[in-house]
Amino acid sequence: MNNLFLTARLDVTESLRARWFLLYTMVFGGIVALLMVFGLTESQVMGFTGLSRLLVTYIQLSMAILPIFILISTVRSVASDREAGVFEYMLSLPVSIGAWYWGRFLGRFVAIFAPVFLAMAAAAVWGGLKGLPIPWKHFFVYSALLLSLSICFLGLGFLISALARSSDVAQSAAFMLWLVLLLFLDLILLGIMLKERVSPELIVGISLMNPLQVFRTAAMALFDPQLVLLGPAAFTILDRVGPDAYLVWAFLYPALIGIVAAAIGFWRFKSSDLV
Amino acid sequence: MIELEGLSKAFRKTRVIDNLALKVGAGERIALIGANGAGKTTLIRCILGEYVAQGQIRVCGFDPRARRSDVLRQIGFVPQLPPPLKMTASDLVCFAADVSAADARRIGEVAGELGLDLSEISNRPFVKLSGGQKQKLLIAIALGRRTQLLILDEPAANLDPIARQKFFSLLAQRRDNTMIMSSHRVDEVAALVTRVIEMDRGVIAFDQHLAEDRLNSAALRISLEMSLAEPAFASALSQWGFKGGADGRAWAGEVAGPDRLRFLCLLSHYSGSISSASFDEAPCPETRHASGPVNA
Repeated sequence: MNNLFLTARLDVTESLRARWFLLYTMVFGGIVALLMVFGLTESQVMGFTGLSRLLVTYIQLSMAILPIFILISTVRSVASDREAGVFEYMLSLPVSIGAWYWGRFLGRFVAIFAPVFLAMAAAAVWGGLKGLPIPWKHFFVYSALLLSLSICFLGLGFLISALARSSDVAQSAAFMLWLVLLLFLDLILLGIMLKERVSPELIVGISLMNPLQVFRTAAMALFDPQLVLLGPAAFTILDRVGPDAYLVWAFLYPALIGIVAAAIGFWRFKSSDLV
Repeated sequence: MIELEGLSKAFRKTRVIDNLALKVGAGERIALIGANGAGKTTLIRCILGEYVAQGQIRVCGFDPRARRSDVLRQIGFVPQLPPPLKMTASDLVCFAADVSAADARRIGEVAGELGLDLSEISNRPFVKLSGGQKQKLLIAIALGRRTQLLILDEPAANLDPIARQKFFSLLAQRRDNTMIMSSHRVDEVAALVTRVIEMDRGVIAFDQHLAEDRLNSAALRISLEMSLAEPAFASALSQWGFKGGADGRAWAGEVAGPDRLRFLCLLSHYSGSISSASFDEAPCPETRHASGPVNA
């Protein structure tokens, strides 16, 4: 267990020095800063005002960029570490494969979740200082959704890294995965499928299976669960299961995907050549 | 210490190690030589448990895949190419020391002996260090840990002559360690090793135990005839204390036991110019110490 935490700590310090982390932090910190600078908290759109307005915009932007950022940065660094001989040396030290793999997973999770969460926390602190009402419920629900989404794509990134033997293949696979999940959002391919009279059960099933769609529906349901915002599939699902049950699904399902994917990646990593 | 039986490793359809059997006893010091692609690095990675291979591998009595931590705790490893680690030198030393229950100060001391001041580079990313500094740090980590087996893959490639000399003298002090030194230059490690294994296309092409007591006591009297005078060879022979004839084609001299392998390696470079050579072994205790030029 000690080696797991040592590896996690090492991965965090490695990430802090990496360019991808600098860019990643700047993007999420920059989004919040820009939303504040452009006075989003003072504007009112579709009934959202103050920090709620800022958070809902932030969560929409996060859904678009967080998954691809996590996927590409994870597969790039893990696969290129293997290609460049980092694994050859680091895995010659007396660390078990489990401690190394899960330690890196933990360290990388801290590195990717901390900037996203801290940017949102900074917005809440800033709002508090300006005397704006802080929507704590939304804040905590969004934090949990972002946590679940981060675990999901981190696990998928680790799985791709374990399966692909080169960073080029890993990056292409990561991009393709993100593209497929993006296409099967309510407002894109699912909408078209519905229009083409594809079976509603299939559409609802895809919606429930797509972690991006699950995240999006849960995030939007908190504010305004209307058809025009949610899209048809999400609206149908919420209508059937209710927002509370759906929130539980949205917390658990993406995280479960991530953990299962990471576990399959671990099995693959453990049972194949390490370098 | 190491037992390999029926070891084979293939990448797709290319067989890199082919049904290899090898036993390495405790305290043996092996020069692992061979051309590029001979399978040296693959063999090392199999011993480190980094590759899945066919056959049986036992290191310190354990399977290095199944009991990685137990095996790797006993192994100090220096890779051929330093990895591009972004962590600082001190982070690397602390991590290596923590996971192997070693003393980070001892690693610092070994680095100091190699001419690397850890306090000067501790906050610099490992990847930003010079090639020599990286190599010295990796050697210091390997030698600063308490291990039974040292696996060194071209360890002196980036070292300057002084550090190289110090490194080999540090290795010479570790008489109890089993060592595997992969090198293209057998002359460089010749004085240290007790066994030479040459690999060729995944098999052991040559395996020679060098009788240490005889090496340390018996000198070789050598006479050489060259088909034509070679100025570079003449200069090298002069450095070994050989006396040449007026035409620069006949040479004679004596090589101390520990240096014979190194000398024979030198000869191999000029094998096309040598028309005759004779070697006579004679006990010569006073020539126990190296008589040849210092590695540089």
